[in-house]
Amino acid sequence: MLALYAREVKLGIRAGSGALTGVLFFLAVVTVIPFGVGPDLNLLARIGPAVLWIGALLASLLALERLFQADREDGTLDLLLMSDHRHMVALTVLVKCLAHWTTGVLPLVAVTPFLGLFMNVPPLGLGAATLTLLVGTPAITFIGAVGAALTVALPRGGVLVSVLVLPLVVPVLIFGVAASRGAMADPDPFLPPFLILSALTLFFAVLGPAAAALALRHID
Amino acid sequence: MRLAAENLGGERGGEPIFSGLSFTLARGQALMVTGPNGAGKSTLLRIIAGLLPPAAGSVDLRGADETWPDIGSAAHYLGHLNAMKTALSLEENLSFWRDFLGAPKLMPRKALDEVGLGEIGHLPFAYLSTGQRRRAAIARLLVSYRPIWLLDEPTAGLDRTAEQRFSRLMQEHLEEGGMIVAATHLPLGIKGAQELKMGEAAR
Repeated sequence: MLALYAREVKLGIRAGSGALTGVLFFLAVVTVIPFGVGPDLNLLARIGPAVLWIGALLASLLALERLFQADREDGTLDLLLMSDHRHMVALTVLVKCLAHWTTGVLPLVAVTPFLGLFMNVPPLGLGAATLTLLVGTPAITFIGAVGAALTVALPRGGVLVSVLVLPLVVPVLIFGVAASRGAMADPDPFLPPFLILSALTLFFAVLGPAAAALALRHID
Repeated sequence: MRLAAENLGGERGGEPIFSGLSFTLARGQALMVTGPNGAGKSTLLRIIAGLLPPAAGSVDLRGADETWPDIGSAAHYLGHLNAMKTALSLEENLSFWRDFLGAPKLMPRKALDEVGLGEIGHLPFAYLSTGQRRRAAIARLLVSYRPIWLLDEPTAGLDRTAEQRFSRLMQEHLEEGGMIVAATHLPLGIKGAQELKMGEAAR
């Protein structure tokens, strides 16, 4: 399993583009917002965390399509499925998700504080947005794995993945934004939505890979 | 340990393509599956590997033990695709499969020597020719041990020398008590192999 993680990370870095595309997309989303909304600094600061979350969400959906497709195209997926007895498929999917998150989504979390400056988000808000993204984005990857597994046999599954996955990630978005706003605006609480966000991630860490494994086993 | 199929039937896209296949394979025996294109050779191999459900009948491993409880875990599957990542070097690819599949046997370097690719183990898989890619996929069979080899057109793209070298590897595997099921058009040069002709009735 460690070997699988190491290999997936190596592939993610070496095949390159994935992380960079995501970061550039994220950058594009966040930079156009101030032009559209106008130079009202207070308004930008207020919607800042939400924009960061939406940008990161869309950027992390971008690369999901390839999660299993590359493995299916070169025959690796057959061997991963056959090794079920030695490495449970759900566990294999979990490891692949974690590796995907490390190479594709962690860079997005890392640039969040800098992109937040474009939105005039105060330091506390920057910290909160980054922290909530760090905790919440794995859930997006786990849910996305189900979509990616379902559409793996379709030639242009990318858009379908996003459409399938978006309704399911809405709760993650709601609690993520609620927690990061709670850190800035005083009457709103920070901890309860943050804990629910963590719970969502843990919940989908179990349900996502299990469902994806089931879908992968019934491709043909 | 015996690999036994009883009254096996397979379908593709809902259309039955073969039915009523039975065979048993003991340790040290090989089965050559021959037949015209579309006779269902690949489908049969995928059913044996557990990647497709059989339409009828069953195939199982008699006398399975702790180490090899089912066919999926006891078999190497070499399909049309090589299951190698183009961005990684040959040795990286093979050492991953060695770690992941378990039951390690030869070191990647040694396995590459066996298939005649020892000199270029450091090259990315993407740089290789079709035949060299096939040889690298064959080296995967050597880096970790499995009693059953399921081979789908294993010699596609191989030159004469590589074919002979591969026959020798298969022969050694059989002598060690392994089993081979191979779908092929060309004689693979294995002595005493059973033959299963498919698609005769359909023509």
